[in-house]
Formats: sequence, structure tokens, C-alpha cells
Amino acid sequence: MEKDAVVELERVDAGYPGSLVLSDISFSVAGGEIFVLLGTSGCGKSTVMKHMIGLNPVLRGTLRVAGLEWSAATRAELCRKIGVMYQSGALFGSMTCLENILLPLEEFSPLKKKERTERAMELLRDVELAEAADRMPGEISGGMRKRVAIARAMALDPEVVFLDEPSAGLDPITSSALDDLILSLRESKRMTFVVVTHELASIFKIADRCAMFDKARRTMIAIGEPERLRDGSNDDFVRKFFNRG
Amino acid sequence: MSVVANIGRAAAEFPGIFRGWTEYVGETAAVALSVAFRPWRFRFRDAALAFQRAACEGLAIASGIGFLLGVILAFQCAAALQMFGVEVYVSDMLVIALFRELGPVVTAIVLAGRSGSAFAAEIGTMKVNEELDALRTMGLNPIRFLVLPRVAAVTAAMPVLTIFSELAGLLGGQIVLQAMNVPSAIFWQHAVSSGTVFMIVFGLVKSAFFGMLVGLIGCGAGLRTRSTADGVGRSATSAVVGGMVAIALADGIAAAICHVWGV
Repeated sequence: MEKDAVVELERVDAGYPGSLVLSDISFSVAGGEIFVLLGTSGCGKSTVMKHMIGLNPVLRGTLRVAGLEWSAATRAELCRKIGVMYQSGALFGSMTCLENILLPLEEFSPLKKKERTERAMELLRDVELAEAADRMPGEISGGMRKRVAIARAMALDPEVVFLDEPSAGLDPITSSALDDLILSLRESKRMTFVVVTHELASIFKIADRCAMFDKARRTMIAIGEPERLRDGSNDDFVRKFFNRG
Repeated sequence: MSVVANIGRAAAEFPGIFRGWTEYVGETAAVALSVAFRPWRFRFRDAALAFQRAACEGLAIASGIGFLLGVILAFQCAAALQMFGVEVYVSDMLVIALFRELGPVVTAIVLAGRSGSAFAAEIGTMKVNEELDALRTMGLNPIRFLVLPRVAAVTAAMPVLTIFSELAGLLGGQIVLQAMNVPSAIFWQHAVSSGTVFMIVFGLVKSAFFGMLVGLIGCGAGLRTRSTADGVGRSATSAVVGGMVAIALADGIAAAICHVWGV
């Protein structure tokens, strides 16, 4: 395993009790890297992410995040070291955008009330949505909701941020702007991102490396830089995926 | 054949459902205990909002139904008692029926229809929208965050609603008897003399317990929502049906206990 790895999977079987989705997955994500999990719909990339964010225990193998294995004992500590943006944004509909970002700060941060509000506003400015602070999630667009969700995911300065299908349901311009935001946050905060997507434009724009899963073979079939996989892979499925059939 | 298959399927699923609900109630009790020792972790603002929705916004419907219940009971009883010239005792009967049984039960059924289904739909929608997963990955327990404030709110709201419903019922009965030429002073005199502090307190304690059941079942149904097209609707329905069954069962047990203790 790599010395500076933030996320490490070692011979992991992914799935649910009684239902194996992917087997024998091993990879690691280095600090400051943007790592993309890709594959066709239903291939199990979101299942792997659910293991990485501690929602489901792995069926077999070892999974470490920030040097710690997920367990009941480490759960609370690990939750503060990760940030997650869900496909729908998953903002709390009864709270304003600002309150959504304040929530993790109120629960876990030692900051005083005024400092918490300043920190939340700073995060909203980072995602260029300071003007939406007092608006409800239902009043803003899908792209804006995803930006607020990214701001919330970064509230506690996590070591790694997981993004589930950030481009899903967005038009190409909004999607590209979101990719730019991820790149700029990586540069400014030196944060690690693990992104689940199957959008080729996003993959080539943001990914340092990617891991590809295949539903038929039920395992990881390729790992590396996206350009190298596209141009140099010997696997038919990988070539087909990158060259759109 | 499909009826038999359904019964078989329900029987096969029952142990899992029972285990799930037992775990849920146990976890809620554990979280409530932990919050009792660290009260600043209780979400007072969420509880106040849920109380406002359950009690303030439900006051009119609970009082309205209580009033109509009083009117109907008074009409039915007065018709029988009038034959013996003792319709004045309708007020005694109303106090016992409303404060001891019907007030808490009918108000709880109203609450199950309003708040129980609302809790199931709210939490169910949050589950479908991945908001519960978001809470968990933030290290926040959905029981402390969502269930506890709502259960506390309806537990506190039920006695308030019940008192208003019962008083409205008495008012309804008094109007009926006044139309039958029973003076209101006589009606209220009988009403006060037939009520006991124990009866009122017992009814209110029972109503608070019913409120807790409605809250627990509504929130529990929401947490168990499946991510299907009809998932939220099914949860809301099961919250109402489950709430009403639980209220009937709990009331039956309370009646049996009262009978055994002779109160």
C-alpha cells in the first residue's frame, strides 16, 4: 500500500449480505488526487462508494480511509474525515442553504456561533453561491444544489471528499462549471476527491486516475490515467467505453 | 390461493419485521436516555416546530371532532334516559366516557391521521432523497436528529389536544341538553361532581402514551420507506393503520389494568 494513500482498498468484495456485486478490488487514492470510479450503469461503482463512506460494511477484504479501518469504534472519527456529496445533493429541505452548511459545524466544530456563520459563508463564497445563503434548497437549481452540497461536504475540512455522479441531470455547461469548481477546490484546498461518474467529458477534464468496473466480469478491469486507458488498453470493453462503442 | 400465499408471506416476514421494530424502539430509548443526560444535544427547535404542527395546527380538528362526539353521545343517551326522566345524568355519562376513554382514543386517532402520516411521509421522502444517508455520513444519528424531537413533540401535544377535545365534547353535550330544557348550571354541576382528579390525570397520562406511540410508529414507518414509486405512500398508510392498531391495543391493556386494580 502507498505511504501517502488517503483511501486504500485491499482485495475487497463489494455488495450486500447475500449479494456479491464486485469482487477482489484493490486500489489506493493518494492525497490531493482526483480519482474517478467509472463503468456502465449498474456496474457497482456506487456500491463501492457506499463501502468507502461507511454506509455498508465490505463483504471481505480491507478498506482504510485516512489510515483507519471502518468499524463501530472508528465510525465517529472517520465521519469527520470525509465529506460526501450525493447524486441528488441530499440537502435538508427544511433548512436554508446556509443552515445546511452550518449543521455539521454546529454538531462537531469547536467554533463559536459567529465564527461558524463566517466559516459557512466562506464555503458558500468558495462555491460562488453566497447570494443563495438564505434560500431554501427547493428554490434553487439542481446545479446550485450540488454546489451547496459540495460546500457542506467540505465544512469540517475533510481529508477526502466523495462525489456521487456530480454531473447527473445537469446540462453540459453547468456540468463543465462544476468540473471547474472541483479542480479549483483541489488546487486551493489541496483536497482529495473520489468521484463516481460515467460522463466521459468530466473524466478527461478532472481525473488524475480512474478505476473501471465491469458488470459482466464483476470486478475492476482497469486502473490508470484516462488517456492511457483510452489509447493503450488491450481490453475491448475499456476501448469500447472510452470510444463510445 | 393468493390469500393463502399472502398469509404465508406475512408469517415468513413477521420475525424480521418484529426484530426491526424491537431494535428501533430499543435504539430510540437508548438515544433518549443519552440525550436526557446531555440535554443540549436535544433538537429543541425541531421539537418546537413539530409541536406547533401537531398541537396548534391540530387544535381545531381535535376540538371539532370532540364537540361532535359530545353532541352525538348526548343525543343517543338523552333519548334513552328521557324515558325515565333522568336526562340530567347525561352529563355524568359524558364526563366518564370522554375523560376516561373516548377523549384520549379519538384524539389519538386524529393525531395518527395528521401527524403520524406526516412524519412517515417527511422522513420517507428524506430517505428516498438520500438525506438520511447524508446524516449518517456526517456522523449524525437520524434517531436523535429526526425521531426524538418528533416523538417528544407529539407526546407533549396529545394531552393538550385531549383536554381541548374533551372540553369541546362537554360543550356539545351541554348544548344538546339545553335544547332539552336541562339548565346549563345543572349540567355543569353534575359534570364537575362526577369527574375525579384520578380520572382526568389517568386519561391525560394515557393520551401522552398514545402520542408517543403515534410518533414512534410514524417515524419508524418513515425510516423503513422503500425507494420505490409508491414507497412514501405505503409508509404513510402503514403509519396511520399501525398507529390506530397500537392505540386500540394500548387502550385495551389500560382498561384491563384498571379493571384488575379496581379503579
